[in-house]
Order: sequence, then C-alpha cells, then structure tokens
Amino acid sequence: MKERLEGLRGEALQELQHVETPQQLNDLRVKYLGKKGALTEILRGMGGLSAEERPVIGQVANDVRAAIESVIDSKQDAFQQAETNNRLLAETLDVTLPGKGLPSGAIHPLNKVAQEIEDIFIGLGYTIAEGPEVETDYYNFEALNLPKNHPARDMQDSFYVTDDILMRTHTSPVQVRTMKAMNGQTPVKVICPGKVYRRDDDDATHSFQFNQIEGLVIGKNIRMSDLKGTLLQFVQQMFGAQAQIRLRPSFFPFTEPSAEVDVTCVQCGGKGCRMCKHTGWLEILGCGMVHPRVLEMGGYDPEEVSGFAFGMGVERIALLKYGIDDIRHFYTNDLRFLSQFGRM
Amino acid sequence: MNVSYKWLNEYIDLSGFTGAELAEKMTRGGIEIDVVESRNKGVTGVVVGYVKSKEKHPDADKLNVCKVDVGTGEELQIVCGAKNVDAGQLVPVAVIGAVLPGDFKIKRAKLRGVESQGMICSAKELGLDEKMLPKDQQEGILVLPASTKIGTPIVEVLGIDDEVLELDLTPNRSDCLSMIGVAYEIGALTGREVRLPNATINHSSVRTDSLVSVTVSAPEQCSHYTARYIKHVKIGESPLWLQNKLIAAGMRPINNVVDVTNFVMLEYGQPLHAFDADKIPGGRIDVRLANAGETLVTLDDQERKLEPHMLVITDGVQPIGLAGVMGGASTEVTGETVNILLESAKFDGGTVRKTSRQLGLRSESSVRFEKEVDPDRVIPALDRAASLIAELAEGLVTEGIVEAAAAEAQPSKVAVSLNKINGYLGTELSRLEVQTIFDRLHFGYELSDSDVFTVAVPTRRGDITRAVDLIEEVARLHGYDNIPTTLIHGDVVPGSLTKPQAIRRELRKRLSDAGLHEVVNYSFTGPARTKLFPALAEHTHAVSLAMPMSEDRSVLRKTLIPQLLETAAYNRNRKNDSAALFEIGSVFHTDEEQLTHLPQEKHRFAALLTGNRSEAQWNAKAVQYDFYDAKGILETVFAALGLTASVNYEAAQPEHFHPGRTAAVLIDTAKGPEVIGYVGQLHPALQLEEDLADTYVLEIGLDLLYELAGSEIEYKVLPRYPAMQRDIAVVVDQEVAAGKLTDSVWSIAGELLESVRIFDVYTGEKLGAGKKSVALSLIYRHGERTLTDEEVTELHGKVVAQLEQSFAAELRK
Repeated sequence: MKERLEGLRGEALQELQHVETPQQLNDLRVKYLGKKGALTEILRGMGGLSAEERPVIGQVANDVRAAIESVIDSKQDAFQQAETNNRLLAETLDVTLPGKGLPSGAIHPLNKVAQEIEDIFIGLGYTIAEGPEVETDYYNFEALNLPKNHPARDMQDSFYVTDDILMRTHTSPVQVRTMKAMNGQTPVKVICPGKVYRRDDDDATHSFQFNQIEGLVIGKNIRMSDLKGTLLQFVQQMFGAQAQIRLRPSFFPFTEPSAEVDVTCVQCGGKGCRMCKHTGWLEILGCGMVHPRVLEMGGYDPEEVSGFAFGMGVERIALLKYGIDDIRHFYTNDLRFLSQFGRM
Repeated sequence: MNVSYKWLNEYIDLSGFTGAELAEKMTRGGIEIDVVESRNKGVTGVVVGYVKSKEKHPDADKLNVCKVDVGTGEELQIVCGAKNVDAGQLVPVAVIGAVLPGDFKIKRAKLRGVESQGMICSAKELGLDEKMLPKDQQEGILVLPASTKIGTPIVEVLGIDDEVLELDLTPNRSDCLSMIGVAYEIGALTGREVRLPNATINHSSVRTDSLVSVTVSAPEQCSHYTARYIKHVKIGESPLWLQNKLIAAGMRPINNVVDVTNFVMLEYGQPLHAFDADKIPGGRIDVRLANAGETLVTLDDQERKLEPHMLVITDGVQPIGLAGVMGGASTEVTGETVNILLESAKFDGGTVRKTSRQLGLRSESSVRFEKEVDPDRVIPALDRAASLIAELAEGLVTEGIVEAAAAEAQPSKVAVSLNKINGYLGTELSRLEVQTIFDRLHFGYELSDSDVFTVAVPTRRGDITRAVDLIEEVARLHGYDNIPTTLIHGDVVPGSLTKPQAIRRELRKRLSDAGLHEVVNYSFTGPARTKLFPALAEHTHAVSLAMPMSEDRSVLRKTLIPQLLETAAYNRNRKNDSAALFEIGSVFHTDEEQLTHLPQEKHRFAALLTGNRSEAQWNAKAVQYDFYDAKGILETVFAALGLTASVNYEAAQPEHFHPGRTAAVLIDTAKGPEVIGYVGQLHPALQLEEDLADTYVLEIGLDLLYELAGSEIEYKVLPRYPAMQRDIAVVVDQEVAAGKLTDSVWSIAGELLESVRIFDVYTGEKLGAGKKSVALSLIYRHGERTLTDEEVTELHGKVVAQLEQSFAAELRK
C-alpha cells in the first residue's frame, strides 16, 4: 500500500507539472484529492491493515496529500497572480487626461481686496459700519466741515439728485452717522467700506463710481502718532513686513492736520521703478486728525476727545496689488478678467 | 499756480536749491509740486543777431538772403523764408552748431544753390508755446526789441534759462496763489528772509477824487473797493522781462497796462482791473448787486444774463464789469486808451464763486477771489501796479486813492499751548522749537508763563482760525517724518462683522466656490432699463440724477438683472457664450415723484446662467444650464443660511420672464409667506432683444434674509433604529405640480417620514397624452424604536390612497 501511495505521489506530481489552466488544476485536485479521488480510493483499503501498520501508512498518506496540496496551492497562487496582473494591465488609464474638476468661480477682485482690508482692521479691533449710497448734503458735506459754497467742494464734483440729496462722494457720511449713533460715547473704532460716486470722466485711472474704505477712531488722548502707528500696522499686514509709510502734509476739510500717505513701492521695494515714477513711493491713502468742527457736529467735545480718520480707494489698492493697468476692467466684468481672481 | 524759479528768486534767496530740490522741500512741507519743467525745450547756441541787409534769393521767390551780424565780427549769410524778415531787425539766430528743440542740429547748408550759415528762428522754433505768445509773434520770425544786445544768448533774452514749478494747491493754501505767498512759504521752510517789492509813486498834482467817485451799495459782497487814476498812458508792448514772466506763469502778454495788472496779480495774489477811464461817464463807480434782467457784454464779447445774486461794477447806471470775474467790453483798454481807472478790491469769495460757476467763467481773477484775497494787500497791489504802469506806459498817476467800504482788516488771535501741541501730535517739542517755527512763519505771538502761545495770524493766512490750524503748521514744519509711531492707549475691543456683512460674505464664498463669477456693475443706468422686471421693483419711481453725464447713466438702478444681461451680452460678444454670474448690490426706489426724502435703498442678490454648465470633455458631453440650475443656486443659498424649511416656490408669470418657467420665491415670516424675488428663464422676446442665448436669472431681496437667517446649528442625535424605504410611482395629469405631491406625502406620513425624494419624472406615449409618471422614494423611521413592516405598510397605504384621492393618481405597477 505504501508503494501505491508513493506511486500516486509520483504520478500526481508528474501530471501537475504540465498543468496550464486553472481549470486543469482544479480537475487534477478532484482527480487526486477529491472525495472520489485516487487518494481516497487507496485509503479505503486501510481497513485491512494491522494496528502496527495503520499509523505508518496513515503518516505516508498524509505526507503524500501534503505534497500534492502544496504543489496545487503554489500553482493556484501563480494562476491568481497572473490573473491579477492581467486585470491590472487591462485597467490601466491615461493619467494625463484631465480630471473632473470641481466648478470654480471667483469673488470680484474689488470685494476680494475689500474683504482683505476689512479683515486686517477687524483684527485690530475695528467694527464695520455701513450707510446709504444716496445721502443728504448735510451728512455728505456740511457735517464734515464743508458748508455750501466751500471751495473744497470743487475737489469732488458730485452727482446731485435734488439740491439736498446726492450720491455720496465718500464714505465719510457713515462716520458722521456713526458718531451721532454713539451719542458722545467713546471709544469709536470703525471702518466704513462702500461705493462712492464722483463726477469724473472715465479713463485708465478714474472711474465715476469707485469703492472706499474709511476708518474713524475717537477716544481720549488719540494722537497723530497713533494714526501713524495704525497705518504702519495696516500697510505691513497688507503689503508685507518690509513696507514703510511716509506722510506728506495735505488738506481735507474734515481733518487737521491732514496727510497723504505713501507706501513703499510694491513693485521695486523702494528702489525706484516706472510704477512709482522712480520715487520709491506710491500714494495709497489720505488721513488726518478729525477736525474739531466735525467732532462738534458729531456730538463730541473736542476739548475732551480727539480722533483720527483715514480713507483709501479700494480700486487703487487692487490696481497696485495685482498690477492691473486699467481701472475700467473692474466694471466691464469681462470673464477673462474676473476668472483670474478665483484663487488665494 | 506756475512759479518761475528765477522770478521767485527775486523775493527770496534760493541759492543752494535746484528746482527739483525746492520742489521736494515744498512737497514735503505741504505744498505739492506736480512737475518741475525746464522752460528751455532744448535750445543751445542761439544768439541775438542784427539783420544788416536782405536781398531776394536769385532762384527762389519765397526766400531771402540776409547778411547777419551776431557779434562775432564775422558776417553770416543766412537764407530765410519768413515773410516778415527785414533789414534793421534784431532776431534770434541759430548759428552753425546750434541745437533747436527736437534735437534739431543746425549745419552749414545750401538752399537752392546759396550757402546759408545758420537759421533765423521763430518763437515756435525756439520751443515757446504758441498759445502764450502775443498775437504778432505767432507767425514769422521773432523780432526782438531794439534795445536787445547783439550776441546775447537767446535763452537769456527770453528768460528760458529757467524752471517752472507747477503747484498743485489744496483749497486752504490760496496764500500760495502769489509769488510773495510762495516766498513766505519757502521762508518758513528754510528760515530765509522774504524781500518785498516796493512801489514809489510820483503823482501829479491832480487829485484822483476830482476825477473818480466810488460807492459800494453791496458792502456784504464787497468789503473794500479802491481805485487809482493814471493819465496819458501810451498803450504798447511790454518789455521782454515782463512778457517773459507772464509767459513763464502761463499767461499771454497783451499790452503794457493789462500785463502790469496780471503781473501784480501774480506777485501779490490780488487781482486788479484796468478800465478805460474815458468810457466811464463822470468817473462814477458804484458796486452793487445786478438787477434781474440786466445783461453785460464781457471782454470775450459774450452777452451775459445777470442774476440778482451777482455782483457788478457799474458806472452808476449800467454794469461795466462782473466783479472779480471779468471786465466789460465797453470799458476795455485798447490801443486808443489814454486814461486808466485802476481797480483793486476785495470781493466776497462765495459771491464770485457762484457767479463764475453759473456762467462757466473761470479766470485767474475769479480763482483768487473765490478763495478770499488778503485784505492787507488791496492797497499795496494797487500802488505797485500804478507805479509800474506809470513806468512802463509813461503815464502819470494822480494824487490819492479813492476808496469805499474800507473794512479794517484785523489779524486774528489764536491761542495754543505747548502741551496741547505735543498731546495732539504725540511729540515732545520744546518751547524753543515751537518758537522757531512761528518765527520762520513770520507769525507774531505772545508766550505766557504756562507755555501758551497767543498768535497774531497775518491776514495773508486766512486759513488759520483755530488752535488745530496752528498745530498743523507746527506739525508740517517740524516734519511729519519726525512724528513718532505709537499705538493707541486703552482697552482692546474685538472687531467683528455684522450679521448682514457675514451673510454677504457667506454668499460670495458659496457662489464663487460653486462656479459663479461675481460682478460689480454701475449703480447708474438708462431710464429704459429700469422699466424691465417691474415685479422686482418694490416702489414706483426710479431715482434720477439732476445732471447726469449721459442718458444711459442718468438714473439709479431699480433691479440688478438688467445689467447682468448686459454683462452676459458683453461676454458673449467676446466669445464667452457660457456665463454664470452673480452680483450683490444696492437698488434704489422711491414712492415720491419728486424726491424729498432719501430713497429706499435695498440690498439684492441676483444671478444669471447662460450657455453650458459644463463643456464637452473626453469623458462627458456638454451640459446646458436649465431652470433647475438657477433654482438650485437659491436652494444652496437658503441651505447655507439655514432657511431651507422656510422657503417655497410657486409658479408665477411676472413680466419679462418665461411664463411657463418662472417661480416666485416665498419665505415664511411672522406675518405669513412673503415673496422675496423670482427665479426663471428670460422671456424669449427679451432674450432676442438682449442678443442672448437661453438665459436663466434670479433676483431676491436680502433684507428679510438678514432678519431670518443665521440660527445656531442644532445637533440632532444620529438615528439608532433602522429606516424602511418604500418607492412608488404614480401617474398624474401633467399640470399636477410635483411639489404638491410631496406636500401631500408629508401631510399624511407626518412624523414617521424622514425624507421623500423625487427620483424620476417620465412622460411617454404609454402613459397617454397629458399624463406624467412621478416616482417617489420615501424613507420611514421612528426615533425611539424599530418600525414594524405592518405599520409602515398601513401608513404607506394611506399615503397612496391620499395621492389617488387628491390628484386622481394611478399607482404604476
């Protein structure tokens, strides 16, 4: 019986060598190891063996089964490996074909820049105040120390609706409204963003409609040096830590002293280039200490409190920040323009 | 104000400063200099020559051959084409090697066979601005006065070896509308002394008041009127030094009398006017307000209709001048004028401003009066001009000034303490530093023991009336750069956005992330555009501008969609057929025909979709936008604001929308549902007019959303018991709205229904005409226990029965 078992092993291993398909392998598994297979057939004769022979033959039978199984398993693995390889090969994609992107639009560059500026001031403890775009002459001019017939009104020719109602020429009326709403309380720390309107012929640097962000701070002992410090913080967050500011004396009816503020040229870093007309500086905002008349009209006693105010054009900052050549692009809304601002 | 460097140097020593350095110093001190321009546009080697002879060119009719002496001892032969060239003239000669503007080098040349050793120049060829030249110099070669020295470089003769500083003055610094004012400013910046001109008048024995009488009937508009009389003047050209100065300042020389009035105006900032005295009957002057209906022909030969707010100079009867704005034609100084009545006055700035604006007449004179002239210079300027006219026009000044309404000009006193200055600026200036600044400004002051400066402000600085005005002077002369940089003392308060601001930011972010591009349009539009989409305009009237720049920007927009249509068409014309746009902005309405109150200003959100939602790709076909994309935008917005459950859509037919493809958007409020806007397809007729392809638009008001949105997120426990899903398909009439079916499902299944989803809508022949099949997927779940099959079956049966009953629905098997 031992010989028959050994013979079976030899025959099976011999036959397994020539297996080529998983089907053939399975057939041989059935043929040798199946319930009705050759090995079972031989072991049926175990009953006729002596008690001494039985464990010996049993051991041989197990060895034969293990030997055949091991070859079948390894063949099986090889077939599976090959099948997997074939499948992966068949599934290979052209990874250079474009993906199915998520849709992407864009926030308008003016609002993108305005939000950035707002966030800087929110971080400095400011709240945002808003007001109407159609204003009364009182809030737009008179309460800002610009009585009727004041020569400075020429500086900002306006769109009137009636003798007393006009398109606001700056967001300063929001400052007046804020002061009145505060009822003499301090501190006031607001910025006022929004659209403003001035009678200007449109060209590459002028638009009759544009956006401003103005700031107002009122409190006890607010000094001009605080204004300088605040603006320096702002420009360094907006334009980078290397940015410096330079104040030049100027005139606004609602502030005194007043200043125009230049920032280190964003293009050349102050070395001088075409953009800054070789001065190293770019004018970006106007500011000053709140005029006592304006404080009085806003319900404050200029002997008790002081304040500063500043204002900038969002278009101007956006032009500088992105190197845009023509302010009119902001209002023609060409998709080829807008789509350039849909990223961080 | 254009300031000649050389001229300015006559009033203050400018040595050590180039024009550019001076400009920088002034700009940093608060007087902005726009440009420093060289008056010499590129002339070298041009000298004064004497034309000794002129002969016709042998071979050219229009050319002359001149012999010219340029002071070198050698006689030059120059061929000249100018008609006006003649022997005996002094002319500018560009000799061989000279250069003219435009880098034009003069070389030895032969003209029609005759040698020419240079060129005789016109004023224009020397780079002078034609508009600034006296009329007789605008054509032909420039003929110089007989007193000019042969051989002198022409740049010296014409005074173009000079630079002009263009001052961009702020309205408060009208003191720098004069050379003397600028000199004082530079004195304050440098500490150097100002040299004032002096006027000496050798008057005749005739008394002025025997020839002239002056009254002021409108003293509020004219606080001082003075006049002098100059007899026997000879009207003629001004000397070159005077012409050159006027040209440098940007004024055209006219004749010696007018030139002097302009020169003194530039020098003192005090406008003057010269009348032909013989045209004023009886030498009578009365200053009064114009009468209604009066007219005046001004110097520019225009007839002006006068109004009662305008101030006029009259001869006691008729207006002969528009005070401070322009003289009258009838009393103009001409070549025949013999006697001059010279006016120097202080007219009210507001009055002059109003008149000049209304008549559209701005002059060098009106600009100065508008900003209030220095009352202390009325008489010095009058005397200076009278003495110059006497000198240059050989006239004789009569004795005395005739004046009226002579209000005393008092220097105002303004006090400020050293503490206040330092507290306001954040500086630590010493008493001495502040004293030095006031001294340099030529401001007199008294200083108290407690360091309070009481400053007597000179009348030339009418802008200084309060302590802060003095602080500003200290700040700018100390230098803004020298003010320290500090941070605000006091409590730090956190900043934040208001709810509306936060909502608008959320919308911007969501929509741009979803593929829409934000646009910003003008608030101004044309009247026709405000007639579109009337259902979106809350109030009747649009707001119109009083003086629009153009018809298509004459009213304020009432809705946002019309401009979105324009934006889409603009992009379509640039081959961008697909667009997904949105705008958040204000619209304006009023119930008033004539505005007396501020109009309603409402925040709106609008969007537009046209063309393809996605373009064809290698793995997908192009997909066009449709109504449900537009509606989906709103759903996304309301979901983002936590308002999904409060919003409903109802079919609607507002004007300019597609009647079958438009929904009203309703939101639940305490007062019941309110329509906040519409979403739909553009009406095909409008689409054609606007030159667009199929386009979907929506617009909603944001004010109610500001109120209702933004409830806090409330966490719900995750379900612990299983759900049961039942799908049904029902056949109903086409007209039955799917939304009504789901409403009905919700009303029956109530609390056990977790969701209902429409997963298919189908029409086809099999169903019969006018029918559609709607397939619904219902999910039932109980929060506390597992539902039994029986109870779900029973509830679901009721749902089906209700659909059958309410909508004549047939269950599809």
